[in-house]
Amino acid sequence: MATKRVPDQRGRFGPFGGRYVPETLMPALDALTRQYQEARRDPGFRRELELLLKDYVGRPTPLRRADQMSQALGFDVFLKREDLNHTGAHKINNTVGQVLLARRMGKTRIIAETGAGQHGVATATAAALFGLKAEIYMGSEDVRRQALNVYRMKLLGAEVHPVESGTRTLKDATNEAIRDWVTNVRDTFYVIGSVVGPHPYPMMVRDFQSVIGKEARRQILKVSGEMPTHIVASVGGGSNSMGIFYPFRHDPVQLIGVEAAGEGVETGRHAASIQVAEPGILHGSLSYLLQDADGQIQPAHSISAGLDYPGVGPEHAYLHHTGRAQYVAIRDDQALAAFHQLSQWEGIIPALESAHAVAWVIDQAERLKAEAARVLINLSGRGDKDVDQVFQYETEKGVGRHG
Amino acid sequence: MDRIGQAFRDAREEGRSALIPYVTAGFPTLDRLPGLVKALTRAGADVIEIGIPFSDPLADGPVLQRAATEALEAGTRIRDILRVVSEIAAEAPPLVFLTYINPVFRYGVEAFARDSAAAGVAGWIIPDLPWLESRAVRDTASQHGLALIPLAAPTSTDQHLKAIARGQGFVYGVSVTGVTGVREAVDTGVETLVERVKTYVGLPVAVGFGISTPDQAREVGRVADGVIVGSALVKTIAEHRDTAEDAAYQFVRGLREALDNLAAKA
Repeated sequence: MATKRVPDQRGRFGPFGGRYVPETLMPALDALTRQYQEARRDPGFRRELELLLKDYVGRPTPLRRADQMSQALGFDVFLKREDLNHTGAHKINNTVGQVLLARRMGKTRIIAETGAGQHGVATATAAALFGLKAEIYMGSEDVRRQALNVYRMKLLGAEVHPVESGTRTLKDATNEAIRDWVTNVRDTFYVIGSVVGPHPYPMMVRDFQSVIGKEARRQILKVSGEMPTHIVASVGGGSNSMGIFYPFRHDPVQLIGVEAAGEGVETGRHAASIQVAEPGILHGSLSYLLQDADGQIQPAHSISAGLDYPGVGPEHAYLHHTGRAQYVAIRDDQALAAFHQLSQWEGIIPALESAHAVAWVIDQAERLKAEAARVLINLSGRGDKDVDQVFQYETEKGVGRHG
Repeated sequence: MDRIGQAFRDAREEGRSALIPYVTAGFPTLDRLPGLVKALTRAGADVIEIGIPFSDPLADGPVLQRAATEALEAGTRIRDILRVVSEIAAEAPPLVFLTYINPVFRYGVEAFARDSAAAGVAGWIIPDLPWLESRAVRDTASQHGLALIPLAAPTSTDQHLKAIARGQGFVYGVSVTGVTGVREAVDTGVETLVERVKTYVGLPVAVGFGISTPDQAREVGRVADGVIVGSALVKTIAEHRDTAEDAAYQFVRGLREALDNLAAKA
């Protein structure tokens, strides 16, 4: 079991993590680390965050046994309902924390990257709450695919900058947000949306998202009287999974991170960085990356825009490296099937990201049943945002489930 | 053998700032690199930066991003760059690779140091490898006779400037908070930056980011030991693809004359 306290002073999770950014940003990262440590020890800051999570975000989110799914599969399955948060996903746990910190640091301008737009919406929401101006970078390809989320961000008062460089997706939006931050570092706070980036971001985002696991640990003991045997969560950058894993790290519980296998890991069209496990450095930290022989970053692919990222948070690389967590991968078609299945079983339409976690449990049902498993799934977001895309996808493919 | 230091000393003896142009390897195509380096050499470059294109160049503005994208789309590979550079290094002023940490990490720091040195390269600039993370890379480079060029930014602390006093080659002074690119005016903070660096560091200080005209080169040349010009040169190359070597020569010649005139007046 990995029990060493990570990250260390230099932001290292074993060999992973660190700070690989232009020299211009190093003093800002030092200041952020210092101010974050102070804030986290400040009872006033903690109380304000707690109240916001309760009265604005709607926490604690429920944890409940999924009765029909449990019956169908032959073992207990519990769902942690992050889809019931304000804005419909776990992302807001982190943005409220970071924007609160930005205000404390006297920063007047908020920037963020977004892929499908979930983190952009969550950042715009938190910025609106505090009366701050948010500017969101989004790949122009994503702007086209996610027009409604672009509109949501604008509705919330944010400005959306389409990014035309590279693959015009999340990775390029992140590059552009970092370029903005290097340029405007003196007055700007960069709200990173996952457990990625240079230290202290992977630690800070983990801490803000740990509220998921803290609640879940208390709730499952209350509901079932026992620890779960498995905790299952999807992994893109890895913030929802880290948020639920972290408070269980010392418990005898298997931690399962589910990556997006896209069309299949063997096809090369996937987003499963840990399955490939090639170390590399992108967006400020050393972790596992999708890259070619020259270290050029390769585009990721997943039906789920929230998992469509060619890297993964350094702490996940560390948990894989130490063996404390297991990482598996689920294909687009499996995730889609689970998207339908959970909707019918439980009356809950899961986000396509979360559907990957559900799909793994269905895929492994026989083995889990034999083990008499008690499985806790982090249902990181709701699927309303994906309904339109799934409808179009199935129409094009002639799947006809809705016919 | 401190070829980079010697290049700065030679320029100083002529009473001027060293001129350091940058080109992206593989832009417009890799087979144009020898001709471009020759043109820059003839035009009076004292050190030449050769960019190894990276897919995610987060310290670069639009001009260098596009050049890197195009170079990669044309299939530019690191091994090919090393081969081409090895054929031209002997006839050129000191060559310095500018790239990002992931291609170096992926190639293997030790292997890349060995192959860079064998190709005749004098140093590396890695803008997303800050000094605090650079210890192992620095040591490996140094063992192969390569200088890992330290960077100093307007936001850098005195503590950082003290630390890079142990660096090699020269200090790359980043003139603005921002990314590379063509700018209308030179940041007023350049003189302050150079003075601050010189308080702590004995190495020559070259300034880059945003220098694009002979006037700007002259302005920076008044205070810095070296003037780095990247985006403006690559933009010139992009606008004159068929005659890139001539255009690069003319452009860099103009910058060099501006620095020479400054020397004559001094």
